Amino acid sequence: MDGVVQLQKQLVDYIASLFHEGFLDEQFNQLQQLQDESNPDFVVEVVSLFFEDSERLLNELAKALWVPFRSSSSFFNPNILFREQETIDFRKVDAHVHQFKGSSSSIGAHRVQNVCITFRNYCEEQNVEGVEPWHRCLKCLQQVKHEYSLVRNKLETLFQLEKQIIAAGGSLPAT
Amino acid sequence: MSSTNTENWMKDIGVLDLTGVGGGSTSAAKKITALVVDDDSVNQTIHSKMLENLGIQNQVVRNGKEAVDLHSSGNNFDLILMDMDMPVMNGIEATRKLREMGVRSIIAGVSTCTRDEREQKEFMESGLDDFQEKPLTTPKLVSILHKLNKKC
Repeated sequence: MDGVVQLQKQLVDYIASLFHEGFLDEQFNQLQQLQDESNPDFVVEVVSLFFEDSERLLNELAKALWVPFRSSSSFFNPNILFREQETIDFRKVDAHVHQFKGSSSSIGAHRVQNVCITFRNYCEEQNVEGVEPWHRCLKCLQQVKHEYSLVRNKLETLFQLEKQIIAAGGSLPAT
Repeated sequence: MSSTNTENWMKDIGVLDLTGVGGGSTSAAKKITALVVDDDSVNQTIHSKMLENLGIQNQVVRNGKEAVDLHSSGNNFDLILMDMDMPVMNGIEATRKLREMGVRSIIAGVSTCTRDEREQKEFMESGLDDFQEKPLTTPKLVSILHKLNKKC
């Protein structure tokens, strides 16, 4: 039984650190409180939906911002070609970021939400001539991608810990 | 654990009696119904679960047009949670249309903080009874239900 107690403490400490470092906020608590015996996997389900949506949005953003196909990142569609005559539709970019901001705030992914807010501010500068706005948006996209990967890893680790506790016959600490 | 908290909130504002959740409720207690109008699947899931946990029967649609169509075919709800930004028909248009159709439900606008104050004002003026900033929480939802209590 000692092993379970250790794991439970590990989980509590881990969650506390995620809040402390700003990865998660109060909204995540709201989600945990919605989980009950009739729906024991609620948080995992919602967060999985968030992961799916996020991957889709990141792909859409890459397309809208003409990320060159030579990018080796698995997030970006390797079939996107660099278009020359068209202009970037910043309103479309903004719409995607708005969505991302909304869903990240709904699950309490605080740092992702914050970079989305900054991103939207740059999208508003669409009237500025030249490639500056585009470059800034590309940078923002990198930041969003980065924060998203971080929180995704953290949450997956959290869920793994929970699984281990349950498998060892323990119960999840009260929220 | 979570249900105990929810019941306490509900008892505090007297909603516990209305929804018929909890012990000792008579058949006279009417079941509250709600409609979630939101294009985001994460929000749909969360809002629906919040309502469910409060004992509120609810349906989910993806945009304003689906909400209007539901009402056109004779459905009615005590409460409508209306998102603002949605494809096909947004929350402003949908709320206007529903009010034109004579829908008297409590319509609560639920939207991510928009810096466009004009748009928020337009949303309010389209016929909302209440407005809550996303993300929606159970306490915010309970405060919306207060309005329902008053209307009844």
